[in-house]
Amino acid sequence: MKLTGAEIFIECLKREGVKTLFALPGGVVLKIFDMLHQQKDIEVVLTRHEQGAGHMAEGYAKATGKAGVCLVTSGPGMTNVITALADAYMDSVPLVCFSGQVPTNLIGNDAFQEADNVGLSRPCTKYNFLVKDVNELASTIKEAFYIATTGRPGPVLVDIPKDVSMDKAEFNYPNSVSIRGYNPTYEGNKWQVKQAAEAIMKSKKPILYVGGGVIFSGASKELIELAELTQIPVDMTLMGLGAFPGEHPLSLGMMGMHGTYQANMAVHYSDLVVAIGARFDDRVTGKVSEFCPYAKIIHIDIDPTSIRKNIHVDIPIVGDCKAVLRELNQILRATVNGEQKELRKAWWDQIREWQSAHPLSYQQEADGPIKPQQVIKRLYELTKDLDPIVSTDVGQHQMWAAQYFKMAKPNRWLTSGGLGTMGFGFPAAMGAQAAFPGRLVLCIAGDGSVQMNMQEMATAVVHKLPVKIIVLNNRFHGMVRQWQDLFYEGRYASSYLDTTPDFVKLADAYGAIGLRASKVSDLDNVLQEAIAAKGPVIVDVPTHPYENVYPMIPAGGCNHEMILDDPPELKLKQSGGAKVTPQDKDTILTA
Amino acid sequence: MEHIILVTVENKFGVLSRIAGLFSGRGFNIESLSVAPTLDPSMSQMTIVTSGDERIVEQIVKQLNKLIDVIKVVDLNESDFVSRETALIKVHTRQEDRAEALRIADIFRANVIDSTPATYTIEVTGDPKKIEAIINLLQPLGIKELTRTGRVAVAREPLRSTTTQPKKVARE
Repeated sequence: MKLTGAEIFIECLKREGVKTLFALPGGVVLKIFDMLHQQKDIEVVLTRHEQGAGHMAEGYAKATGKAGVCLVTSGPGMTNVITALADAYMDSVPLVCFSGQVPTNLIGNDAFQEADNVGLSRPCTKYNFLVKDVNELASTIKEAFYIATTGRPGPVLVDIPKDVSMDKAEFNYPNSVSIRGYNPTYEGNKWQVKQAAEAIMKSKKPILYVGGGVIFSGASKELIELAELTQIPVDMTLMGLGAFPGEHPLSLGMMGMHGTYQANMAVHYSDLVVAIGARFDDRVTGKVSEFCPYAKIIHIDIDPTSIRKNIHVDIPIVGDCKAVLRELNQILRATVNGEQKELRKAWWDQIREWQSAHPLSYQQEADGPIKPQQVIKRLYELTKDLDPIVSTDVGQHQMWAAQYFKMAKPNRWLTSGGLGTMGFGFPAAMGAQAAFPGRLVLCIAGDGSVQMNMQEMATAVVHKLPVKIIVLNNRFHGMVRQWQDLFYEGRYASSYLDTTPDFVKLADAYGAIGLRASKVSDLDNVLQEAIAAKGPVIVDVPTHPYENVYPMIPAGGCNHEMILDDPPELKLKQSGGAKVTPQDKDTILTA
Repeated sequence: MEHIILVTVENKFGVLSRIAGLFSGRGFNIESLSVAPTLDPSMSQMTIVTSGDERIVEQIVKQLNKLIDVIKVVDLNESDFVSRETALIKVHTRQEDRAEALRIADIFRANVIDSTPATYTIEVTGDPKKIEAIINLLQPLGIKELTRTGRVAVAREPLRSTTTQPKKVARE
């Protein structure tokens, strides 16, 4: 029996096990929406903006490890979803995005709502397709899911012209895919793995540098075994948080620009860096020429282009983290003995010394303004037994969340790392909530970034996605303000937001619950109330406006040269010694 | 350093823009690029002349390999190779220059493939130095138009070849 393109689309999604589709309709995809309306297997989450649909699909993918799926219309629908595609590409998120296209006979004619979707998305997708013939639709969708979820995962776009969704064809869903130019390597080269094992055995000051690849590969168990077996300390990147339990004694926490003191010192002074599923991003390495100057580097990654892109690697291993770690552990299990502990005693003594010298710290006065770190710390303590999923936006709050909210397991930390997309957190949390309706999903946001996709609150209310947003409200683009204080002589160019909305009333206007904690003493009660609430909640927490994130490695600086606290002149200003209000700053700017 | 990279790709629309986009997006150089179908019409072969230090060329090769439409990448500089380029040069010829133009063409073993009373069109094939040399000699006569193919290249067969009989490849 022949099916229309729209029916084939739905059949393919069912075969791929898609339960939730984040979508927003438009002229050229109406046939597909019409068919979606007449079936019950796939839930359509109608978003208020295509960017929201894209980030929801990302959140879904990060929380489940499966491909997230979204559907948008041609032209503006497509251009709106591009930020999410670029975000997914940077962070290797498996995503399949379907876009509508004008009918094939109008392509290239500047038709209404036409855009070159394949051209627009080319630099920010792993691959993309324009389906010109309904007979190729099913095999194309199969390939799209295959490419998105295998190798180094990433977003794939399938552009479907209107006539293709209406034309009819015999439905044949291929069982397997074979693409001659695409054969990801999963098993690591055995000889190289052996070399790595030998280097690990010999090293006195090793460190594991763990990235998001471990999470997508599902290699946490293998990673924990490796660390425990060899007693090597673990540094995690922002994307790697959760790959290794944050409270594990071997964990040194996050590394990089706002990483912990011990994590950055350890990587700088180590003699062997074992990078696993990480890509030596500039926010991790700082000044590349002085990154871990004393160390040999082992790099395990499924993407050969990640290896030696930024830094020289001594032992490259191309392969899936899980497969390689398994192999590595097997060799190490047979060779590790008590000697390594003895060999590395001095190293651990040094690390413990660093740990106690400069632990993460802040000062919360009982009746003073609420410190953002205090909010995250309390949120963590109140929820850690509930195994929450935590998303963040981008900025200071993200870094504090990464420092103070210690993820115990993988696939629970949803954040935008590579692209640094403000507005990611809330829709990503909704995507995760759609995948796990019963779980507690928290979105830690700033007052600046949460406004970038606030419209999705309507989606959350309609689709009963009870995400709890905690807004650390400092009335600033805080990270921008921090850089201005440290590097631009405190001139707050366009970082002060002046009027932020009343988030409690805003929540109310959407039919959600709005709460506010104005005093430190209110914090626990308000957070508890939010956690217990049945529907979506915004908790507005006015926080200290001038709190800065430390440690900090200035861009292009060395990992062992961290700024650990506000410089004295900044302290003076913030304590009121030289009071400068944002309004004054504006006058200075216009003068 | 200059590198010549052979890239075998799927012969379908959009592939050239993926390759070009990769080079422009990552700031790699393309000095010349030529594309044509292979014996198997479902594939095309590109010859890309690029330059960069060892690390950049390693990245170029890896990034090309990462593209899903790319089937095979060979950096010819890893072995010995021969490369050729063809140029079509339309040169102005006054009456007194016509013999000189023919002499130059003869020296470079170039062919005159079109002629009018006031011009010759000369076809020359060789390595880039040879092409540059003939262009320099013809320039005083006045070059009206110049088209170059960009380089194509192939690895040299090792002198002591394998004992197996070469496979006959029939053209479809």
